[in-house]
Amino acid sequence: MPNRPDKVYFFGTCLIDMCYPQAGLAGIELLEREGIKVIFPQAQSCCGQPAHNSGFPAEAKAVARQQLKSFKQDYPIVVPSGSCAGMLKHHYPAMFAGEPEADEVRRFSSRVLELSEFLVRVLDVKLRDRGQPIKVTWHSSCHATREMGVIGDSKALLKQLDNVELVELQSERECCGFGGTFSIKQPAISAAMVSDKITDIQQTGATRVLSGDCGCLLNIGGALEYQKIPITTQHIAEFILERING
Amino acid sequence: MAETGAVDFQSNVVRALADRQLRGNLKKAMGSLSLKRKAVFSDPEEFEHLRRVGNAIRRRSLSKLPVLLEQLEKNCTANGIQVHWAETTADANQIFLDIIKGHDASRVIKGKSMVSEEMHLNHFLEDHSIEALETDLGEYIIQLDHETPSHIIVPAIHKNKDQIAHLFHEKIPNTPYTEVVEELNAIARKTLRQKFFAGEIGVSGVNFAVAETGTLCLVENEGNGRMCTTVPPVHIAVMGLEKVVEHLSDVPPLLRLLTGSATGQVITTYFNMITSPRKAGEKDGPKEVHLVILDNGRSKILADPQLRETLQCIRCGACLNHCPVYTRLGGHAYGYVYPGPIGSILTPQMEGLHKAGAMASASSLCGACEEVCPVKIPFTSLLRILRDESYAEGDSPHDVDGHGYKRHFTESLAWKGWAVMNTNPTLNHLSTKMLGMVGAFLPKAGPLKHWTQVRTTPKFAKQSLHALAKARGLDDE
Amino acid sequence: MSNAIRERVLNKLREAVGRGDFDVPTPPPLPVQEWSREEKINRLQSMLETMHAEVRRTTHADWITTLKEILRERALQTLVYGPDTALAGVLQGAWENDLPALIPYQQDIESFKETLFNADAGITTTRGALAEIGALVLWPTIQEPRLLSLVPALHIALLEADGIYNTFAEMMGSERWQDGMPTNALLISGPSKTADIELTLTFGVHGPKELLVLILDN
Repeated sequence: MPNRPDKVYFFGTCLIDMCYPQAGLAGIELLEREGIKVIFPQAQSCCGQPAHNSGFPAEAKAVARQQLKSFKQDYPIVVPSGSCAGMLKHHYPAMFAGEPEADEVRRFSSRVLELSEFLVRVLDVKLRDRGQPIKVTWHSSCHATREMGVIGDSKALLKQLDNVELVELQSERECCGFGGTFSIKQPAISAAMVSDKITDIQQTGATRVLSGDCGCLLNIGGALEYQKIPITTQHIAEFILERING
Repeated sequence: MAETGAVDFQSNVVRALADRQLRGNLKKAMGSLSLKRKAVFSDPEEFEHLRRVGNAIRRRSLSKLPVLLEQLEKNCTANGIQVHWAETTADANQIFLDIIKGHDASRVIKGKSMVSEEMHLNHFLEDHSIEALETDLGEYIIQLDHETPSHIIVPAIHKNKDQIAHLFHEKIPNTPYTEVVEELNAIARKTLRQKFFAGEIGVSGVNFAVAETGTLCLVENEGNGRMCTTVPPVHIAVMGLEKVVEHLSDVPPLLRLLTGSATGQVITTYFNMITSPRKAGEKDGPKEVHLVILDNGRSKILADPQLRETLQCIRCGACLNHCPVYTRLGGHAYGYVYPGPIGSILTPQMEGLHKAGAMASASSLCGACEEVCPVKIPFTSLLRILRDESYAEGDSPHDVDGHGYKRHFTESLAWKGWAVMNTNPTLNHLSTKMLGMVGAFLPKAGPLKHWTQVRTTPKFAKQSLHALAKARGLDDE
Repeated sequence: MSNAIRERVLNKLREAVGRGDFDVPTPPPLPVQEWSREEKINRLQSMLETMHAEVRRTTHADWITTLKEILRERALQTLVYGPDTALAGVLQGAWENDLPALIPYQQDIESFKETLFNADAGITTTRGALAEIGALVLWPTIQEPRLLSLVPALHIALLEADGIYNTFAEMMGSERWQDGMPTNALLISGPSKTADIELTLTFGVHGPKELLVLILDN
């Protein structure tokens, strides 16, 4: 287990900033409950992934530099998103390879941890469930699964909650069709993917879908709501906080 | 299809997604192939080890490609195999035609070869009054229906047995209608046996060409490949020039990776290694063996230090089977010979972004392809490069044909604006605040129009996390 | 013209690799598989059987009797074999009238095609086998041509138990295949099969419908 730090940076992600600030706040609270001081640089913005994936590398890099500038100190950077964490941790070093700031970027990237990963592997948190029995299912973003490898950490947290029954999706590792700008550039394919994901979710009998990524939640939640299906979506941080507060 | 002009990818997508039967057929088949693969590579560490070996072999081969091809040519020639070079598919087709005409032949029997699909060889030969008959069962089925393969390993996977039953009944003379798969196979066996018997020229692809010995390796289950390469007096093998490997000892690990990834088999029924034509005293095998080595844009791909990883591919099709986009569209929607993730990185480079660039956008970059690729092709990185190239100005380090085809003033401006917003904290805070106030009233136009086809409008928060963090008194640094 | 194309293609490739910007990792060594003699036989048998081959373990003295028993159970008209081999000697010496007619493959395929395509069975020796993946290894010869193991509906293969290697890599390495490959080398793991219709696995498509392996083990 890595050393327990006193202070961490919180990288809120742009999507949380705009649409899910409560999820971000819950993440911050979960850290503070463990006695960690959370620093939130006001100059932070987006990890740059939208441009990075859409054919605009110069713009992605400019935005990446803004984050490098905003998280200068040698604190761990905790990210409540597998996708943004993957961008900061794995894509930044590749983007800046061979450039003057390459070393600085590598050091920055080595400090990045996804929230569940940090709670489990660094803080070894113990959760006490005070909520009513509930059946949930878990959706992992592709980058949380494949780039960050934290799907086990998130599920380990949920399994600590006594009254929470976790029913796994049949195609747990399959993309929900969000893919950032993919959902807008290939709307028909994206729609087919999210519709299949919803069928999978319905088959679990869960009343809530949890995820560590707000992009997926925006996609799945928006589609559930559009179809008027009474299944809610929630970020894992918000859910856990709700459960332990009772 | 592809050669008749631009492919309308978006219309193809809509049509494919609306075909419920196709989606059903694909879902079932791809799910089954994925499970079979998983059973063969059940130990992730062992698989990772093996694919590191595969990756190293393919990289080494590519790094020595011209030397290995010359060595292959020298050894093949010494063994009696006649080697031909083709820069374009037109060159390759002409080589075929010259050989076939030189033998006054008109009956060609073919084993499965994606390169021959790339050449549109069947059409070309038919235009010259030569019958080119596909003998792999899947290829035979789609040829009967005047279709092209929808998958590089299981070409007729988009069809179910009812569709095939109708096809056989209608297209093969004196064939009773049957939906029993065994009976359908028996019909094909009976029909094609006569063709193997009478074939004058056999055509095959090449899975691996071994430079060290001048050996052509073919992987198959049905035996049609062995028929085509053994019964007729002439065998013409055709390969993309990247298919060469240095040593015979490179073959076993690649073979294991190929059969396991493609169909979840530890080994196929046959692995056929051909090193020479019939020698004096031998009673069968072709008297002439030709090898056609095709470039068709591959040498250009090799020149790019990153995009060259495309050429590591051993054509197993695992990336198709695991791709959430391919499994919903099938191969035909892509509009080109190679569909799915491999097609999406290969085709835009071969055909040019201006023609096939849309394929590079048909991915959520989920990385499922990378996870299963037996030679570790970094699909998502290569897709990103092709997306960059689609908008690239003159200063791009890459040189993909058709680069910059997507450059569009409004979109470029939008991204420039996005970058400004995200590098200037004051503007960033202001814009988030604005979204919180007016987000709910945004007109459903542009990106939001596409989004809201199947989803509700995103709900923008009244207060951003930035604002909440500040209100909470969190330190800024 | 063709020479010009060759040069053009090769020059492009030379230019592409000439910059020396290839990153070639050193591959980790392949794990070495080793089984005992009995394990190899068992593994091979079980893998071949999974692929719908019929496997009989017999001895050098008894195989011909076993073969005759098997053939008597089936109504076959003809069995094609390669003449001038030790196997041929045993067959000819032991053959009886109630067995399928023995036909030697001694003409070129051009004049033998009709007979071969109508034959019920073909019998060959093998060069060895691979326990890891469950495959027979054949190097067809002048005496035992390539189509003997492909065209007849039943392929009977004789395998010396001592010829079973652990892996393909081991066999090609210890026999130094790289020093001289035959016209044709084959791995065969069962009767021909296809799954091209709805991935439904069926056996006996273009090649043999059945594979019978006699493992000779004293």
